[in-house]
Parts: sequence; structure tokens; C-alpha cells
Amino acid sequence: MNSWQHSPIFKFFASVQLTVTVLLTLAATSVIGTVIPQNQNIDDYLHSYGQNLYRLFSVLDMFDMYHSWWFQLLLVLLTLNIIICSMDRLPAAWKIVVKPPGFKPSRFLNASCQRQVTVSSLDQAQPILEKALSRRIGQVRLEQAQHGFFLWSEKGRWTRLGVYVVHLSVVFLLAGSLIGSFWGFDGAVNIPEGETAKMIRLNNSGKSIPLDFEIRCDKFSVSYYDSGAPSEYRSTLTILENGTAVLTRDIIVNDPLRYKGVNLFQSSFGNLPPQNLLLSFTSRATGMEYKEKIAPGQTVTIPEGLGSFMITEFNRDHQFKGHTIGDAFVGMLTPTNGDSVEVVLPVKFPSFDRMRKGEVIVAISETETRYYTGLQVTSDPGVWVVYTGFLLMIAGCIVTFFMSHQQICIEANTNEKICSVTIRGIANKNKIGMQKKIDAIVAAATTKIAKQQ
Amino acid sequence: MNSSGILSVVTFVYGFAAFLYVASWIFKKSEPGRLATWVVFAGLTGNTTGIAMRWMESYTLGYGHAPLSNLYESLVFFAGTLAAVYLVIEKKYQNRIIGAFVMPFPFLAMAYASLSPNISDRIQPLLPALKSNWLIAHVVACFIGYAAFAIAFGLSIMYLIKEKDAQGNSVLLERFPKTVVLDELNHQMVMFGFLFLSVGIITGAVWANSAWGRYWGWDPKETWSLITWFIYATLLHARLTRGWHGRRIAFLSVAGFAAVMFTYFGVNLLPGLHSYGAMGQ
Repeated sequence: MNSWQHSPIFKFFASVQLTVTVLLTLAATSVIGTVIPQNQNIDDYLHSYGQNLYRLFSVLDMFDMYHSWWFQLLLVLLTLNIIICSMDRLPAAWKIVVKPPGFKPSRFLNASCQRQVTVSSLDQAQPILEKALSRRIGQVRLEQAQHGFFLWSEKGRWTRLGVYVVHLSVVFLLAGSLIGSFWGFDGAVNIPEGETAKMIRLNNSGKSIPLDFEIRCDKFSVSYYDSGAPSEYRSTLTILENGTAVLTRDIIVNDPLRYKGVNLFQSSFGNLPPQNLLLSFTSRATGMEYKEKIAPGQTVTIPEGLGSFMITEFNRDHQFKGHTIGDAFVGMLTPTNGDSVEVVLPVKFPSFDRMRKGEVIVAISETETRYYTGLQVTSDPGVWVVYTGFLLMIAGCIVTFFMSHQQICIEANTNEKICSVTIRGIANKNKIGMQKKIDAIVAAATTKIAKQQ
Repeated sequence: MNSSGILSVVTFVYGFAAFLYVASWIFKKSEPGRLATWVVFAGLTGNTTGIAMRWMESYTLGYGHAPLSNLYESLVFFAGTLAAVYLVIEKKYQNRIIGAFVMPFPFLAMAYASLSPNISDRIQPLLPALKSNWLIAHVVACFIGYAAFAIAFGLSIMYLIKEKDAQGNSVLLERFPKTVVLDELNHQMVMFGFLFLSVGIITGAVWANSAWGRYWGWDPKETWSLITWFIYATLLHARLTRGWHGRRIAFLSVAGFAAVMFTYFGVNLLPGLHSYGAMGQ
């Protein structure tokens, strides 16, 4: 052991007490962020907590606590603890694994799992014991002694490294998340059907940044179950490089498009004001119905000299005499002789304009629904480091929890016509399991010996 | 009979098994205990059949998905996993008193699923976010973990009771496993649960990355599963330090299970993305 390993700072960081303290502190503080909603509007916070509490929480970074300096400090402390603990203990474990100390009967004398039986003949017992041992542990080494023999077997020496794999996996997770936060981004963009976008808005800062390529939304569709619950959101996207289409693919939730390290996820949708609509004009005098295609801002002339009509605006929640009537177009009807009148055309109620009792009844006969797709756009170069950490953690846990370094030594002695057999086992984990293994060897061997007699 | 009908019957089968285990322990008779094992077995068979039928029924309805998509289905699966893991432990450790402390859980889970007016047993179509191959792996791993932690909780309670009576005065505690065995068994269940909880969190993270574009977002359910993970990680490390065997470990196991319960039920009271498991669905 080097001298720096004796320094109090090293001992502090290498202690399991620190691990226990940091883990419990992390558990306790993590609760806060699930009780106080994170990253909300200042107004919402002021409303819920009042001026004073808001200031206190604000100073302590409670509104974005998982990214606060003190929470990050706890994570750094945990990482340091893991690394230094492993540095402290790994060399010894590594030495055992790569340079096995070999078989020394004296090491087993104080083994916690022991059992002694007597047999009638050592010559008869030896092959039986050897077989029972090799079945449960592995390759058996035989050593002759003055009044008998030793049988020795070990397995799973390498499993002593499992716990370091788990520790390494945690370091991978934290490193991967750091890489992601430095070199990755997380943003969103809404693209109307048929349109192309290059700029995205970052979620944390609200800043707009350009992508290396353009995204066109060719089509968005939503399908429903019979019950009315949504079944699938689907966007057909085309990637354009310098104006040339290079890739067209559909994305749905759980099946994103990945291009040049950027991931495009289906995250929301909405509908846009229709661009073209088919209007019907019904003349009160003749009862004739005329259909005209029109776009907002365009003027059409109505037959029979009934004047002209123009769409002036579109409202999402149009208010009509104090009632909300939903999506509605507002138009200007100018009769040949007379003043212009405002005409409201709610999308949901086609015969609405009959109420006006004018010379001509205007109605929407067809609208095309136009959607925009809401995409989540992310890039995270650290994700593979994190995924490697995931695999290491699972593998490491399996080894650490369910495998152990097991050694069994069987000592057989003839002493004044009494043949005694002592079975001793050492395991670095699961001592009860080791005792059971020894009992099983005894049971198997004694039954076999009894059968042969 | 449809799956919901079978599963309602299973509730009472588990209840009967729990009753038999408790009776066998209190009255120190082995017959009810031996019968209880078969009753659990029957309950588990019914439970499994119910899940399989529900899966088929969802295909008949045209939705076709594994029955792991809402609170009702998760409770049914949780109960089944608990019963199965318990049977393995009973076989391995040959002690039926543990049953008196474990089998009430599957009964309560099933009773809550079948009887609570807030939980609907209707088979519903999958929301777009749940349509993923990760659904089965994620939910199965999480609930195997939860089942192991529930059993560890039962064992910890047994430990704390047994430990109070060090002289062995109480006749009721005579046939309890020794405290050393209870401690070791608790540790093994926690290790088993910890592995599956880790796998559950990891599959959830990978899934979240394919659905929402991030593997971790500090959503309350995610955070609470991590809190649970921290508590059990503390337990596993605390055992390595002197003086932390036994009692304190049992307390940590109880605290860990409280966190599991909050992750499962309590989080639904908080706002977040994991609303699929919430009530009223």
C-alpha cells in the first residue's frame, strides 16, 4: 500500500460510509423535484408559493434542482467515491484473479463452512468424493499427504471483478450524460404539411439554431380507434440537403428518424387554418347555388350581380355575440349597390349565414384540413456511452449478485483405523449457499458409498 | 367466463391461501400450510390463465396487445409474479410461515384490482406512446423487481418481530426461520429485485429514448424509481460496513418497499408522463 492511501482525504473518499451517506442524500433530495414542479413559469411559482418562499426556492435552485450545482456536486461526490473506492480495492482483487495464490490447506482451517464425516475406506471414498466435488465446483486437484490426501477445487475467481464492472458502469452513465449535455441538443420544431424547416427552437434556452439539413413534412395523418382514442400519429418526412431530397420516410411515435446523428421524433400535431376553401353562394331570389373556390385575401364575384366576396380573416375560437363557435372564417360581402357587411362562416355550422337573412347566403361547402407536425429534434453523442454503461451494469450485477468465488478443500486422514473426511468451503459471498453445497457433497458421497457396500 | 371473471375468483383463492398460511402459523398445525401451497398453485394457474385469456380477448376486440398496459393489468401481473416467486422460495427454504407474511400481498393486489371502483378492468386499445416492443420487457422486469421487494419487505417484518424475542420466549416465533437466515434471505431478495429494477429502469430509459428522444427526463415516475434504486443500493453497500447487518438492513428494506409503493401508486398523484398506470383508466 502506498503512503497516499493512508492520507485522511483518500480514506474519506474510499469509505463505504461516504457511499451510504451520499446515496441516502441523493434519495432524499431527489424527492424535492417530484413535489415542486420543475421548470415552470415564474408566475406559476409566485402564485403557488408566494414571494418569500419563491425567493428561497429560487436561491436554492429548487425549480431546476436536478441541474443545480448542489445536486451535481452530490453526483460528482458519488463518482469520486466510486472511483477511489475501486482504486483502493481493485489491485488486491486483481492480484487474486491474475496471480492465484494456489492451494494451501492451512487457508481452509478456519473456514466458516465445515463438515466432518467418517468413512470405512479412503481408497473407496476418494473417487466418489472427487466426482461429487468436480460436479459441484469444477476441476479437482489431488494432493497426497502423509496419512491420506487433499482434494481441492475452486471456481469463479474472476467473479471478484464483477462489482468493479458495476462501478465502472455508473462512471459510464455519468460520463455519457456529461457528453450529452455539452455536445448534444434538445429542441422542437413545428412543420406545416408541404413546408420545409431548417431552424429548430431549443427547449431549455428557447434559442433558434439551424440544422445541417432541411426537413420537409410531406404529410401528417392521425388515425383513431372506434372508441375515438388516438391510435397512430404518422408524419411523412423528407430530408433535403442543399435543396435536394435525399431521404423520405414515415415516422410514428416510438419509431423516430435518425439522420446524421440527429433524431426526429413524432411528438405533437395540430391543424392549421385551411388555405383553400370551396364556398357556396345561394341566391335568395332564384334559389340557385353557385360554388366558387377561394383563398384568404382573394375576391370572387358572385353571379346574378349579387356583388363580391372576400375572406378577411380566420379565427380559432371565434366569438359571436358572446358565444364561442370554434374555427370560423370572417368575410366581407359587398353587394353591387349598398354597403359591405361582415359575414361569419363557422366551419362546424354550414347554414349559419341563413340567420343573416341577406340576398345571398354564403356557406362553406368544403375545407381541406391542413396539419402541422410537431417534431422533437435531439442529438446526443453521449447516448452510446450511456448504453454501454447500461449493458455493463446488467452484466456486472448478475456476476456480483449471483456468482461467487468458491473454493472447497476435502481433507481425508487415516488415524488409527478411523478414516475421517473433513470438507471445508470458502466463498466470498453467500455463505449459506456454500454450506448447502458442502451438505450436498456429503449427501451424494455417503449415498454412493452406502450403495457400493 | 371471461378473464375478469376468472381473475375475480383468483382474488379469493389468494385470500384463502393467505388465511391458511396464517392459520397454520398461529395454530401450529402443518396441514393448513400444506394445503395452502396447493391453493397458491391453483391461484397462480388461474392468474396465468386469466392473463393469457385477456391477451386473447384483446385480439378478439381488434386491439391485440399484451395485458400490461394499465393499472388493472399491472396489478394482476404483480400478483402472479409474487405468487410464483413465493412458491420458489417456499420450495427452496421449506418454511411456510413466510407465506403468512407474503401471500397477503397478491391477495391485496388482486382485491384492489377487482374491487376498487377507481380501476377499470375494461380492455382498452394501446395509446401510440405504448406501442413498442419495449413495453413487455419494461413492465415485466419492473414487476419482477417489485415482487422481490415485496417479499423482502415481508421477510424484514419477520426479522424485526423475531429479533425482539431474542430469548425465544414466544411460542408463535418458534418456527420462524433464524434471524441469520431471514437476514440472508432478505439480502438475496433485495439483490434479485435490484437486478430486475435496474433492468426495468434501463429498458424504460432505452424506450423513452426511442419515444421521446431522451433516455432520462426526471419525470416523477423516473425519479421515484431512481430514489428506490438509491435506497436499495444503500442497503447493498451498508451490509459491507460493520454493524449494519440485521436490524438496520431490515429497516432499509422496509423504507425501500415504501419507495416502491410510492413509485407504483403515489406517483400518479403527481403530474408526469407515466399516466398510463393511473387510476380512472
